Amino acid sequence: MSATTILLGVTLGLAAGVLSGLFGVGGGILFVPALVALGLGQVEAAATSLLAIVPTAAVGIWRQTRYGNMRVRPAVVVGVASIVGVEIGVQIATGMPEHALRRLFGLLLIAVAGQLAWQTLRLRRRYPEAT
Amino acid sequence: MRLVLIGLVAGVFSSLFGVGGGIVIVPLLIMVAGFAAKEASAVSLGAIAITALAGVVLYALHGKVDVEHGALVGVPAMVGALAGASLQRRLSGPAFMLAFACLLAGIGVWLLVG
Repeated sequence: MSATTILLGVTLGLAAGVLSGLFGVGGGILFVPALVALGLGQVEAAATSLLAIVPTAAVGIWRQTRYGNMRVRPAVVVGVASIVGVEIGVQIATGMPEHALRRLFGLLLIAVAGQLAWQTLRLRRRYPEAT
Repeated sequence: MRLVLIGLVAGVFSSLFGVGGGIVIVPLLIMVAGFAAKEASAVSLGAIAITALAGVVLYALHGKVDVEHGALVGVPAMVGALAGASLQRRLSGPAFMLAFACLLAGIGVWLLVG
């Protein structure tokens, strides 16, 4: 790994973290493009992003448990049931052309951006004094 | 049963895109399973830890997990997330949110055409 890659990786990771903390979005949506920018393929970026998500989720769980919001049983049911879906997703992702998966991810980002913008503008109309 | 279906959908979404799946789990828990928003976020995080871990293991079997790059981006991201969360009170508001939405859309367009 070159010094440039390390510098770029640390910068993108920091930026992704700050933005996800600031705007309350999960890290994955920012990790994937950061890893793509570092030269990973789309499937490697997705797989590696999941690795980076695990510790972030663990910190989130610790915080939410302290706030008293956590309900263990439904979390475990949803999580364990997701494993079947995860295997289906892995099969689709590894069997699909990378550029098609990359475009699909691009569309997902645009959809999330649209949803955030819509939510922000709707709240502003409803509570204009709060802005 | 509803929770099982939510898990299935979230699992496909998560591994296909490399995201935690909170964007689908939270609204589904609220709309389909009748959770309060706060609880939905907490339960979603709990589920995501299992989902993401399963994704890492199953992708690793295909040799797709790049541990070096994962640490390179993931470790600074944890530091950044703590800083971001504490900056939230000073840097929130609709203008910031809309700027962030534009940034996301810009990255989306880059991935679409790049």
